Amino acid sequence: MLTAEERQEIEVELSHYPTKQAVCIDAMKIVQRHRGWVSDESIRDIGELLEMSAGDLDGIATFYNLIFRRPVGKHVIMLCDSVSCWIMGYERMRAHLTERLGIQMGETTPDNRFTLLPIVCLGDCSHAPALLVDNELHGDLDPAKIDTLLEGCE
Amino acid sequence: MPTEKPLTQSIPAGGEALSLQGYERLGGYQGLRRALQMTPKQVQEEVTNSGLRGRGGAGFPTGMKWSFTPMGADAPRPKYVVANADEMEPGTFKDRYLMEGNPHQLIEGLILAGFAIEADVAFIFIRGEYKLSQERLARAITEAYSAGYLGRNILSSDYALEMYLHVSAGRYMCGEETGLLNALEGKRANPRAKPPFPQVSGLWGKPTIVNNVETLANVPHILEKGAKWFQGLSLTKDAGTKLYGASGKVKRPGLWELPMGTTIREILEEHAGGMRDGVRFRGVLPGGASTDFLVEEHLDVAMDYTSVQKAGSRLGTGTMIVLDDQTCPVGITANLTHFFAQESCGWCTPCWSGLKWATKILDAIEDGQGRPGDLDKLSYLSTFWSPGHTFCALAPGAAEPVQSALKFFRDDFERHIHEKRCSWRS
Ligand SMILES: Cc1cc2nc3c(=O)[nH]c(=O)nc-3n(C[C@H](O)[C@H](O)[C@H](O)COP(=O)(O)O)c2cc1C
Ligand code: SF4
Repeated sequence: MLTAEERQEIEVELSHYPTKQAVCIDAMKIVQRHRGWVSDESIRDIGELLEMSAGDLDGIATFYNLIFRRPVGKHVIMLCDSVSCWIMGYERMRAHLTERLGIQMGETTPDNRFTLLPIVCLGDCSHAPALLVDNELHGDLDPAKIDTLLEGCE
Repeated sequence: MPTEKPLTQSIPAGGEALSLQGYERLGGYQGLRRALQMTPKQVQEEVTNSGLRGRGGAGFPTGMKWSFTPMGADAPRPKYVVANADEMEPGTFKDRYLMEGNPHQLIEGLILAGFAIEADVAFIFIRGEYKLSQERLARAITEAYSAGYLGRNILSSDYALEMYLHVSAGRYMCGEETGLLNALEGKRANPRAKPPFPQVSGLWGKPTIVNNVETLANVPHILEKGAKWFQGLSLTKDAGTKLYGASGKVKRPGLWELPMGTTIREILEEHAGGMRDGVRFRGVLPGGASTDFLVEEHLDVAMDYTSVQKAGSRLGTGTMIVLDDQTCPVGITANLTHFFAQESCGWCTPCWSGLKWATKILDAIEDGQGRPGDLDKLSYLSTFWSPGHTFCALAPGAAEPVQSALKFFRDDFERHIHEKRCSWRS
């Protein structure tokens, strides 16, 4: 079931568009903001509210990089793997992160604290390499800075 | 006289956004005041006369784009204007700077575009990762409503415009004009067939124009200071200033607003400070990931639409990615191709299947597993990533770095195959 708060946020979006379907991406993102990811149950609930089938919604959800259809850890780290970061040391940063966290790209640590994902260019190319920790942007990375960032995550 | 930098000179150093009061003090919303004394057609003409061309990559003349919109009492309603703030072209970071530093400049530009085509609703379509831009734009939109720049009877005129921020969920295809329209309608961001063009039948079948953030940011200044002034800003026949960027192993990677037509050499040597100590320049993608490599012999090319095209590449987004001699040309080509393969929407076989195949060949060459016919195979595959074989410009964009890398760095590709290794790795 969607919470009252989630419903209310979706209603605000509905007032901006002429069709219900137009807010489906927003709706999934609202749910994800509250719950961390979008479960099958949430897909059904959103579908009911917006008069869309679960299949259609799932097809849309899986098209977009920032909608998670699987649970993620408490902190989501997204490491930019695009060209400028690649030139400036992406592979070294990836090696450091996977070693520190003991997981590969796309995985979550067994204690559910961290999920590590690749992401396309973050538009911070003059400070490459860059990553997002819980949607906050950090550039000019080196292994020491990554360690500090990880230590800052509770 | 110091050169004018209309887009960036009022952006505070230190990372704060220019406030509404600050923007107004520096002439903000004067362009809108002036435009509201004109007819929408006159506003279109002023922008046409300025010579402004789209800064989103394709360089289409902005005034002309607007002029295709049905106007007057019989035009279908509502009409829409959209700011394309998706900025997912790898190596590009100019729109984020404009939005974070001066959100009202974009909002005023979007209102002006709206007035010029008699639009009823405006969207800013922004990528999900640009959190700070989203926060600053959301606040600025609220301020613009309170100050009477948005809503009904804008500045006591009879023009009305509603404006909303749409935060995307991430996919390169959302930046393609018609993919963006599908994304805004809550669908997968597959492109649409053209014609009909969005100006005639766009969002929910209504007339819609889509413009890049930097394009729109120029419009308030054109309306405030005039088309002639805008023409005078550039060094060449493409008008205005341009935000140029440089990333890679230069001494001072960054972003600079300079007269349109500044040379690659001046940008890389004077503004970016030249190459870092110990590394040498080998090539540059002049306008983002989807533009052809240029090399040493092109350093004196002027960075405007016409000159870069003549040199065999595209101005694109004007943000350059520099390749140095310590970085493997095969590796960089593989990285770029992986991006396009991953972001392909899957509609056309030459794109999704051909790009995937190309990544396998490139990875193999980089890993020392390349075979003699591989380069011909790559060239052949890339001929199908062209208009006519594919539905949108993603695949043609993917072809540009591959074909130009094979041209300029062929020896390096061949050496990988002969020596069965990447000499940058071992
Ligand atoms: C795959 C693809 C991605 C694109 N991404 C963007 C983008 O992120 N931002 C943008 O302004 N234009 C992007 N474009 C170009 C748009 O289709 C369109 O030409 C542009 O937004 C028009 O604005 P302009 O005329 O002001 O340049 C992209 C094009 C393609 C083919
Ligand atoms: S060229 Fe590629 S991205 Fe464009 S429509 Fe075809 S498959 Fe989709």
